Amino acid sequence: MSVTQRARPGLPRVPAVAVLAYHLTGYRRTWRSGVFSSFLLPTLTVLGFGFGVGGYVDQGVDGVPYLEWIVPGLLASTAMQVAIAESTFPVFGNFQWTRTYTAQNAAPLRAGDIVAGHLAFVLVRAVTASAVFLLVTALFGAVVSVWAVLTLPVVALLGLAVAAPTFGYAAAVSSDSWLAMLFRFAVIPMTLFAGVFFPAESLPDGLRHLAYATPLWHAVDLCRAATLGVPPHWSVAGHLLYLAVWAVGGAALAVRLFRRRLVV
Amino acid sequence: MKRFGDFTAVAGIDVDVLPGEAFGFLGPNGAGKSSTMRMIGCISPPSGGELRILGMDPVRDGPAIRGRLGVCPQLDNLDPDLTVRENLTTYARYFGVPRGAARERAAELLDFVQLTERADSKVEPLSGGMKRRLTIARALVNEPDIVLLDEPTTGLDPQARHLVWERLFRLKQQGVTLVLTTHYMDEAEQLCDRLVVMDGGRIVAEGSPRALIERHSTREVVELRFAADSQEAFAGKLDGLGERIEVLPDRVLLYVADGDAALAQVEARGLTPAAVLVRRSSLEDVFLHLTGRTLVD
Repeated sequence: MSVTQRARPGLPRVPAVAVLAYHLTGYRRTWRSGVFSSFLLPTLTVLGFGFGVGGYVDQGVDGVPYLEWIVPGLLASTAMQVAIAESTFPVFGNFQWTRTYTAQNAAPLRAGDIVAGHLAFVLVRAVTASAVFLLVTALFGAVVSVWAVLTLPVVALLGLAVAAPTFGYAAAVSSDSWLAMLFRFAVIPMTLFAGVFFPAESLPDGLRHLAYATPLWHAVDLCRAATLGVPPHWSVAGHLLYLAVWAVGGAALAVRLFRRRLVV
Repeated sequence: MKRFGDFTAVAGIDVDVLPGEAFGFLGPNGAGKSSTMRMIGCISPPSGGELRILGMDPVRDGPAIRGRLGVCPQLDNLDPDLTVRENLTTYARYFGVPRGAARERAAELLDFVQLTERADSKVEPLSGGMKRRLTIARALVNEPDIVLLDEPTTGLDPQARHLVWERLFRLKQQGVTLVLTTHYMDEAEQLCDRLVVMDGGRIVAEGSPRALIERHSTREVVELRFAADSQEAFAGKLDGLGERIEVLPDRVLLYVADGDAALAQVEARGLTPAAVLVRRSSLEDVFLHLTGRTLVD
């Protein structure tokens, strides 16, 4: 065995790809258990909300049957929940428990590569979960427009818009109880008020503007426009720009906080 | 130099590590060894002074330098959910090693650290010694010029330690530069061509293990145990014997050139210790002499 007399490997061309490959290697061992639940959720949704709650909302929303109206909202909120779940404990644990980031930091990777590669993995998770959701609900006949495929790039952008700042948050907090707070004070309120279950327009003034400030509302509005084949409440460009601001700002913050944690 | 706020971890050290040598940083806990290793590993910018690694500046050329380093940290940070082999192949890709080459390299390294049989088992159930060997193998995936080892055998049983030493010695023979920290003196004597003893962020001694013993200790040490609580009383009667007398709560140490001759003189003075040990001076004597016997933490 020769340790020294071999051609020396260079640096990776795109380091973040090597980081993504690492996360996918780990996911290969656990994806089967995840697949079941990603089929289960949309099925339960259709049964519970579509046929259950929908039975009481007999004139639908804006003239659309409740099931068809709620599917795009739940699609976006599923993407958000997967994105945030994958950015809290896994990120915190990679600093605190497995020290995976420390190991990566000792290799020729920069904080930006470590963040980008892991974020890319989170997006893979969020988009595949959304695709399964779309597929199942379409099989139930709850998706009426072919424009629905456009929801996938939208939820990818939403995933980035919520995952990137969550990366920063998980890198900054000192204990995992702060992560549970994020679910209580950000994820649940967003899910309830950002136009997933009922139009944000029916909220009182102050709350309505809070709903508009969430990234989720913008993605819900875009997804709804796509699956129903109707124009959105805001301009498409405005929605995309707003989500992009969260994504870019969040990523910059995350890289900064990762660097602060890794380079001391 | 490395400062954290008001705290100075490394006050100022001046060392040159030559290619192909095994260089050790010794010192009690808190001496600044790990901070020094982090600076050499290019993940902690020095707060002052000049540091060059492989001729490059760690602040400007961090990734380029890290591409040529292998790092074996004090706390294992393997991925517990991946297999032994996957830990190596995924890590190799961080250095731009293509997938096929990474698999080949992993197989070679598993053979080198004697883990081939465990290649496809998960890391989590491995013993401490196996994890350490895997961490060392992982530090070699990029065929590094320099391997940094932070307390490579702390917590291992004697069999595992000797296996690690033997593998590290083989690396050294292949021309890899080893930089290690340890507070095991036998480890330093086994592995290091040259070492520095650090204390309080400074270097207090530098040289080869043998030179340090010659300079800071005598050739032999006589350990005398007298009846409990009477070490002080007897020590008074040993005046003039050897270069230095150290009185400990349970025994008296005589630092001498010739242990048997000194012992004969002790007996000639009519002293009858309960137990006697004549031994060669070790690096541990030097270490304790230079850094003191009081607990650091």
